[in-house]
Amino acid sequence: MTPVLSLELGEPFDIGHPLWIGTGGMTSLATMASVIEAASPGLVTVSMRRAGDLGPSGLLAMLRDQGVRLLPNTAGCLSAREAVLTARLAREALDTSLVKLEVIGDERSLLPDVVGLLSAAAELVADGFTVLPYTTADPVVAARLADLGCAAVMPLGSPIGSGQGITDPAAIERVRAAVAIPVVLDAGIGTASDAALAMELGCDAVLAATAITRAEQPVAMARSLRLAVEAGRLAYGAGRIPRQTTARASSPLAGRAVL
Amino acid sequence: MRIQVNGTPRDIDDGCTLATLVPRHQGVACAVNGAVVRDWELVVLREGDAVEVLTAFQGG
Repeated sequence: MTPVLSLELGEPFDIGHPLWIGTGGMTSLATMASVIEAASPGLVTVSMRRAGDLGPSGLLAMLRDQGVRLLPNTAGCLSAREAVLTARLAREALDTSLVKLEVIGDERSLLPDVVGLLSAAAELVADGFTVLPYTTADPVVAARLADLGCAAVMPLGSPIGSGQGITDPAAIERVRAAVAIPVVLDAGIGTASDAALAMELGCDAVLAATAITRAEQPVAMARSLRLAVEAGRLAYGAGRIPRQTTARASSPLAGRAVL
Repeated sequence: MRIQVNGTPRDIDDGCTLATLVPRHQGVACAVNGAVVRDWELVVLREGDAVEVLTAFQGG
């Protein structure tokens, strides 16, 4: 069942189903609605952008109709100041203190600026936000973010939108070992096996956006990712056998016929 | 009186409040000159103000 984690700082943070979905890259509202209906994600991310007609977006109306929990992000923010302001605007607009905190180092790599990230995280935690920072898969940074009172850490598996999966699984394991707060694999998911691997490495949830929205069949991909995170979680709990360099017979050697 | 709304120049009457400029909807938030505004009725806009009106869009 879904774990509800009580934190020392911030509001109790419920992960919900361990598949989280990002709306980035969606091709139509109708497809996105079908994806969410099929996958019942724990959280759905949105960005904050200028309202064309000074009113709420059609996407927001659809997500409200679906009754999903929203996780606004600070995507595109290149400084701690911008990210903090965007988080505060998201809280006003969406009535949630959850924020997926992104402070992007440069627009080419889209990798996190961890210096700005730590600064923005401290400010937002002090302001009562439940902060979920998008970060590099670095256990030292993850521990610092946890110390600041972040509710989870969201290490990247590979660059945003790259679909490369988890290029350094050991790094995700090190992050897992470094913090007691939830670890949510963010960025890089390409297909179901990547999501299963994240959970097998000990992650508590997986966020996928373009893996779904840009798949040839987004609804089918969303379903596969939901099954994959569930399978990966079961496998993690089941305790996999250790890897060995040599074979180990599974059939008994005793009782063999002499032929 | 001229202000900027989401980066576009716009002429408004003197004494116009943020609440008049932006019909309040749930799902929208405003910043004036880089500061989040909570009570839109209380903000009387001034010449040169930069108003940002944001809502939720697609994003990972």
